[in-house]
Amino acid sequence: MEKLEVASSPHLYRVHRSTRRMMFQVIIALLPAVAVSLFVFKVHALFQLAVCVLSCMAFEWLFALIRGRRSTLEDNSAIVTGLILALSLPWNAPWYVPFFGSLIAIGVGKAVYGGLGQNIFNPAMVGRAFVMLSFATVMGGNAYQFQGEAGEAFSGIVTQATPMVQLKTLGASSAEQISASIPQDTVSVLKMCFAGVHNGSLGEASGLAILIGGLYLIIRRNGGWRVTVGMLAAVFIIGCLTSVSNAPIYHGLLYLTNGAVLFGAFFIATDPVTNPITPAGRWYFGIGVGILTMVFRLFSGYPEGVMFAVLIMNSLSPLLNHITIPKPFGQE
Amino acid sequence: MSSLPTAVQRFINGIIPENPIYRLLLGMCPTLAVTNNMQAALTMAGATTFVLLCSNIMISLIRKLLQPHLRILVFTLTIATFVTVVDRLLAAHMFEMSKQLGPYIPLIIVNCIIISRCEVCAAVQGPFVSAMDALGVGVGFTLGLASIATVREILGSGTWFGLTVLPPEVWTPWSIMILPPGAFLTLGVLLALFNFIQARLESK
Repeated sequence: MEKLEVASSPHLYRVHRSTRRMMFQVIIALLPAVAVSLFVFKVHALFQLAVCVLSCMAFEWLFALIRGRRSTLEDNSAIVTGLILALSLPWNAPWYVPFFGSLIAIGVGKAVYGGLGQNIFNPAMVGRAFVMLSFATVMGGNAYQFQGEAGEAFSGIVTQATPMVQLKTLGASSAEQISASIPQDTVSVLKMCFAGVHNGSLGEASGLAILIGGLYLIIRRNGGWRVTVGMLAAVFIIGCLTSVSNAPIYHGLLYLTNGAVLFGAFFIATDPVTNPITPAGRWYFGIGVGILTMVFRLFSGYPEGVMFAVLIMNSLSPLLNHITIPKPFGQE
Repeated sequence: MSSLPTAVQRFINGIIPENPIYRLLLGMCPTLAVTNNMQAALTMAGATTFVLLCSNIMISLIRKLLQPHLRILVFTLTIATFVTVVDRLLAAHMFEMSKQLGPYIPLIIVNCIIISRCEVCAAVQGPFVSAMDALGVGVGFTLGLASIATVREILGSGTWFGLTVLPPEVWTPWSIMILPPGAFLTLGVLLALFNFIQARLESK
């Protein structure tokens, strides 16, 4: 029997935009980042991805059962939450990090508010914030670095400090040292920023893979491009302005393309449920996430701040909706 | 006076039907702030129960003298007296605990559980009924704090009353549970649980 689609008006435009299809497109868009993470972190990445996706789906089913609702597994949103959570975790996190992260993401992040579409905060980031605060020793910036002899590591990348930890350490050094550590020709900078693979959370390994997936989402008119552009612009501009080196543009590019900013701008901050719904509100939202990210990076003890920035701006979404209500045509 | 609840009714009422934490949601400040381990939670509950008992009896004895427009002032002054007693007592005999509880002992003065019991019970009923009411509410408050502290201390430190329950080899403690967010999470989950049980019981 053919499935009957029920949707709210207007019925003429975008009749194919079901939740299931949107979520499926996000999964496709995440595939390049997933592939790179598997290539770089090998079986460790597979482990995080498998635990997150499977436990997110299991908890989605379980909480639907507890609430006495129809199972919502087939809308694919649990898979997306699991993938985003896994891609924001360090490669060497023990099993309880992805498992309890998924429990909190689905349970506290989504189910207690009434399920998908009702949640105030991005579920994957709620789960990540929980494990970040609970298991600081295995989630902090230094935990990403392979502990042991460099020769024993399965990949040279995991023996490096993450770029954000390097930038944080650089903050204490002099302007000359910072300038000397930044390559001076455009080609090598771009190579370092986008094509190069570096240590970090699973999804952050390659900027290029995130760009490919993110641009696919925007071309399919699925991503909130205003949030993405606003956030990237704010990070870049603040990165340039706060640079004390002799190459502020490169410094801004480093802040832009390293850490979770690219992944956050394309996949985390753009979650349609927790964004403002007005175009102006989305601009403010993206710019706010960018500014807060840089505030956390520059002034807090954490090397990275995308997660807390997204969560704080999520809580401001209703306010942004309220102050950016578009004027109806013809009204003063 | 015949329509007012008896002493036994008052006592039982405070434990479950009008449990200050899970039913009335009063006294949230100590509930959230000092429940990250059992010792602190039980000291807090004991101090609150003592103040509640003494001020209920005192208010009940002077209830005929109360002027309507001055009663809240009299309640607060009476409560403040006994809170000062508890505060100095703790500082003298349990110095470490007194330091750990910090400002939350003086804050018992503005704990709305006590003012509400003075207003609801002590200002209209005799000292014995008021004392039983204070004990019932005190037991209810203690059970509420102890339940939250049990969850938070076991999940957050792997211990209960400082004794190891979950050894670190099998359980990595959730540090968030002994931080403020853990209080809100635990209170929310337990509230949901008790509401669920109540709804189940009523539907039968």
